[in-house]
Amino acid sequence: MNIELIIFLIFSALVLASAIGVVVVNNPVKSAINLVFTFFSSAVLWMLLNAEFLSIILILVYVGAVMVLFLFVVMMLDINITQAREGFVKYMPFGILLFFIISGLLSIFFYSQFENTNENIVLSIDLIGTDNTKNLGYLLYTEYIIAFEIAAVILLLGIISAITLTHTKNQDTKYQVPSEQVSATKKDRLTIMKDSGETK
Amino acid sequence: MIPMSYYLILSSILFSIALAGIFLNRKNIIIMLMSLELMFLSINFNFIIFGNYLNDLVGQIFVFFILTVVAAESAIGLAIIVVLFRNKKSINVEDIGRLKG
Repeated sequence: MNIELIIFLIFSALVLASAIGVVVVNNPVKSAINLVFTFFSSAVLWMLLNAEFLSIILILVYVGAVMVLFLFVVMMLDINITQAREGFVKYMPFGILLFFIISGLLSIFFYSQFENTNENIVLSIDLIGTDNTKNLGYLLYTEYIIAFEIAAVILLLGIISAITLTHTKNQDTKYQVPSEQVSATKKDRLTIMKDSGETK
Repeated sequence: MIPMSYYLILSSILFSIALAGIFLNRKNIIIMLMSLELMFLSINFNFIIFGNYLNDLVGQIFVFFILTVVAAESAIGLAIIVVLFRNKKSINVEDIGRLKG
């Protein structure tokens, strides 16, 4: 039993245990923490699969940004846990059945199809060298540059839509309305009063 | 080297846990979103596994773009949940049908 297999078994057990925790635990904060733990363990497995850059990105972007966003939202909302848990026991047998059917079928398929595949099928194609990040950056900035720019636009879209959805105007704030200022006429601002002409 | 089928079985079990999670937590939309994240993780797992064993970097490029889109998606989804909670004072999935106009 080599060290790679031991690491794989330990961390895959952690991934599955914490994934079950995400689904089963009744407090949303705890399930978010479980999800963070799942991401950490899968980052280790991705490192084992020679995807070093993506495993670091998974921790930095996912755990650092997306999961913190999740935690913020969960803590901001006052969730009624007992109401949210309605129907959990009712759907439990169906959920377990679904889990076993889907995972069983997929596992049998994968095991029969890729049973003997424990070596690289295609010969290694080295782009620049063995540096994963360097190769990924090379591909990203040459072959996939348009997709890369579209991804940037999608992130911008995410920012704009999240802000426009959640932004509310504060009623107490005083605003300048330039269009009204420009269209103001003499009549609105100036009133001419008749002088009676009497002097004292 | 670890056989490819081990990794594939792991990702398929992860996917079915997430699928069962969506069915079990029908009322709680936040847990549903988290299950969706788990599903995306297992899909990314598949891309990386095949990319590694076929020695093709395009799989990792694809995962990179999936991560970008999922980050934007979860930001928008959470914003929608915040707006929903502001209007309905609950995050019950059944209330979403009444959010009209």
